[in-house]
Amino acid sequence: MRLYGKFFVMHLKSLMEYKTSFFLTCIGQFLVSFNVFLGMYFMFQRFSNVEGFTYNEVLLCFGITLMEFSLAESVARGFDTFDNMINQGEFDRVLVRPRHEILLVLGSRIEFSRIGRILQAVVMFVYGFAVSGVRWTPAKVIAVLFMLIGGTVVFSGLFLVYASICFFTIEGLEFMNVFTDGAREYGKYPVSIYGKRILQICTFVIPYGLIQYYPFLFLLDRGKPWYCLLPLAACLFIIPCFLLWKLGVRHYTSSGS
Amino acid sequence: MITMQHVCKTYKVSKRDAGFTSAFKALFHKEYEYIHALDDVSFTISDGEMVGYIGPNGAGKSSTIKILSGILTPEEGTCLVNGLIPWKNRIEYVKSIGVVFGQRTQLWWDVPILDSFELLKEIYRIGDADYRRNLALLAEMLQLSDLLRTPARQLSLGQRMRCELAASLLHGPRLLFLDEPTIGLDAVSKLAVREFILQLNREKKTTVLLTTHDMQDIEALTSRIILIGKGSILLDGNLEDIKHGTDSAEAALADFYRSHNL
Repeated sequence: MRLYGKFFVMHLKSLMEYKTSFFLTCIGQFLVSFNVFLGMYFMFQRFSNVEGFTYNEVLLCFGITLMEFSLAESVARGFDTFDNMINQGEFDRVLVRPRHEILLVLGSRIEFSRIGRILQAVVMFVYGFAVSGVRWTPAKVIAVLFMLIGGTVVFSGLFLVYASICFFTIEGLEFMNVFTDGAREYGKYPVSIYGKRILQICTFVIPYGLIQYYPFLFLLDRGKPWYCLLPLAACLFIIPCFLLWKLGVRHYTSSGS
Repeated sequence: MITMQHVCKTYKVSKRDAGFTSAFKALFHKEYEYIHALDDVSFTISDGEMVGYIGPNGAGKSSTIKILSGILTPEEGTCLVNGLIPWKNRIEYVKSIGVVFGQRTQLWWDVPILDSFELLKEIYRIGDADYRRNLALLAEMLQLSDLLRTPARQLSLGQRMRCELAASLLHGPRLLFLDEPTIGLDAVSKLAVREFILQLNREKKTTVLLTTHDMQDIEALTSRIILIGKGSILLDGNLEDIKHGTDSAEAALADFYRSHNL
């Protein structure tokens, strides 16, 4: 953890060499993701509800998913450019250091301009809370906390899978974005609206449902009480992701120099 | 003490003809070719030795260094360095080695060198006293005192290589792998780097394995050379075994490569 802090400071120092670029990127990131919000707004102008969820409820759902994603992103985005790291041979350097390779990969890239995104997530999150009309109880607050933890873990796991695949193809796989950035986009709505089949996949294969749909039902008093524990079960998702990574490291063939 | 026995490493390389049609075909059916980067390589290096590892491009030099530094896992053969298997006990093992890749930098581009060093102190968990002692010593040997406050991007290649060497040695490794440490350097910097490596080997008894294409590096530094070509070791001896009394090591080496069809 101390090492990660050190990495953090290093990136901050590098960044301060290029101030203007930093601020502009932040603002850009903040504005871009507001598109999503506008899209939702205009859609609900025409339809008052989607599959039994009202606009304000969906807003809460979106706020939470976005928050989960942004948290995961700020930690695990080092994996995003991992294909680059392999192609440039920087991963060789990582492997000759006496620390866990995941920690070093994460430390190698910390994007402060994501602050814009996080800021936006916080705004959406707070706004969603305020308008949702949910009657808050201690159990529900804890459920939200679990959702944030579980969601961050699941999204981080997906970033890890993304990076692990780079070991086998040496090229970033655009299709993986369906599961990461894509999940953020369609995570605006509770997964159930996409149909039963998708919900099943999102429950048993990639546990989006466990971090979003089920505990969300609990928040709206439509689900069973034990639904609030499901996000914690979703954390198990990280285990197969980690194993895939381990397998990848063993397969690593470096690049010629 | 390094022992490598019967080490083999094979890469799978995809092959196709030039042109759009074959590129399209390769999308569905790829043909692979297996390249034997290392084919039954064995050697032993004792503590405190300085060995030059030479061979033409693509002979397997970098693969050997990468196996020895725990980056790659060979398919066959055993490898024991200071009693550890590099790729099995990686984290434990790499504490005792230093690696310099001449073509890549490990320094942070935008921050002063000293900041990069302090990060390494954290990564290697070097104690305060050790760190200060090592840094003072390296700064003196490599004349770094003026460079430490400059960002890496503003240094010349020669200055950066000196910092690079220091960065790889901060944790006081017993073993140093140098992959083309003098590549692209001017005469003055080359001499400084060579002088430093000699001094390190003499005074701290650090074992050094270096790859290079510069025969003057070899003449200045190593008494023993291992020559590798097409993945096999062709010669393990000294420079005289190639030169046979001729003047130019460069020409003798080229003759040697040609006579072995490398």
